[in-house]
Amino acid sequence: MNEIIERLYRYIQFPIVRNALIVGVLIALCSSLLGVTLVLKRFSFIGDGLSHVAFGAMAVAAVAGLTNDMPFVLAVTVISAVLLLRTGTNTKIKGDAAVAMISVGALAVGYLLMNVFHPKSNNVAGDVCSTLFGQISILTLSKTEVWLCIVLSAVVVAVFILFYNKIFALTFDEDFAGATGTKVSVYNLIIAVIVAAVIVLAMNLVGSLLISALVIFPALSAMRVFKTFKSVTVCSAIISVVCALLGMLVSIATGTPVGSTIVVVDIFVFFVFYLCGLLTEGVKR
Amino acid sequence: MALITCKNLKLGYGGRAIIDGLNFEVNSGDYLCIVGENGSGKTTLMRTLLGLNPLISGEIIFGDGLKKNEIGYLPQQTVVQRDFPASVFEIVLSGFCGKAGLNPFYAASQRKEALANIEKMDIGNLKNRCYRELSGGQQQRVLLARALCATSKLILLDEPVAGLDSKSTEGMYSIIEKLNKRENITVIMISHDISAARKYASHILHVGNEFFFGSREEYGKLKTAEVSGNE
Repeated sequence: MNEIIERLYRYIQFPIVRNALIVGVLIALCSSLLGVTLVLKRFSFIGDGLSHVAFGAMAVAAVAGLTNDMPFVLAVTVISAVLLLRTGTNTKIKGDAAVAMISVGALAVGYLLMNVFHPKSNNVAGDVCSTLFGQISILTLSKTEVWLCIVLSAVVVAVFILFYNKIFALTFDEDFAGATGTKVSVYNLIIAVIVAAVIVLAMNLVGSLLISALVIFPALSAMRVFKTFKSVTVCSAIISVVCALLGMLVSIATGTPVGSTIVVVDIFVFFVFYLCGLLTEGVKR
Repeated sequence: MALITCKNLKLGYGGRAIIDGLNFEVNSGDYLCIVGENGSGKTTLMRTLLGLNPLISGEIIFGDGLKKNEIGYLPQQTVVQRDFPASVFEIVLSGFCGKAGLNPFYAASQRKEALANIEKMDIGNLKNRCYRELSGGQQQRVLLARALCATSKLILLDEPVAGLDSKSTEGMYSIIEKLNKRENITVIMISHDISAARKYASHILHVGNEFFFGSREEYGKLKTAEVSGNE
């Protein structure tokens, strides 16, 4: 035990590790805030879809030889998010199919590009693997990326608080909101843009295959126990931050991959909350 | 001037017309029931009035200074709402969403009014309960309280008693009647229940194969004539 603590202590001395912890917590916070809305709007899979788009964009950027691919990837993902979420909940089946189509399409194209244009580059499989599972990229963040992440997270949290009431109204009943004079399309656009921004950020943490976990698990856990929108949102943010922090510390201490460790902690917490939900319901009856 | 005047409306989805050449008007204080067969375009008509569906041609004129954010709406329940984690108070308060405009938060006066509307629906004891745990009738009252937050002039109801048992149905009708008579709120309601329409409504609009717009009495005469004509 002492050995593990010593090891943690030693690692935390590195600014790189501290950066990773900060970025990880911020990303977890942002993704859980949006997760509640996305789960309730039946858009749980948008995280997956968009992260694959981001993966494809990264491949294109790599092939084109862009050194700083973040702005490009962000732009492509935002555009896809707007296209997917623009229709709102009224064309749900179409939206579903569109998410699946874009997701696998971008994944295939991205991998193909990487393979064709970088056949001799040191390690294609390794590159792809780390993009998909986010193993090491969080520890290789540049200073600009860390700042970009901090600024974007601040913007996401601010937008979420300012538009909290609108987001609630839109999530619960888009038609009512539209009928009573709320500009639904504008707010949907805002939500789409911040969803895309969060997903591009989160790819660094858990990689594109595991992003959905970061979006949906905290929200689903919170919904097992809490009954109001506000408490669900707050609880899911807390769960997400705690799980991310715990997951990252465990992964540092034991050398397991960051992304999957965080997700495993999330899964564990989900089951704890699931049981709590069953118990409280049982008590009521 | 009438509250709503519809002239020569043509409406439908994706350019395909369901209803053509529809004319009617609603005056302040009216209780209009829209009846007709399934698929005759009742909901489409209501969504078009609310601006959720584009109008193919014709004109909808709002009179008496009625603004877009002064209309209340009680839509049919969606799948999303059935397991939605939100308290009754949160949902009712969200009725002010349109009125709040760019203001990110609700005013104290709006919170007070939301509570008053909850009391008006006789569900004050439920205000902190979770929406998904309520019965169908209670949920409809919550949504009606929310609609009242959005308006004090005109309320549009899309089959407010669908799926309710007879006792909740009676309760719902009497609350709507009270809003219409005591608070002078204009009501436009889609209904399958023609007998209830003839009991409560002041005017009836029948869409579909046969077309009718007029007062309840005229509709009654027409129906009686039809019956005796058939015999």
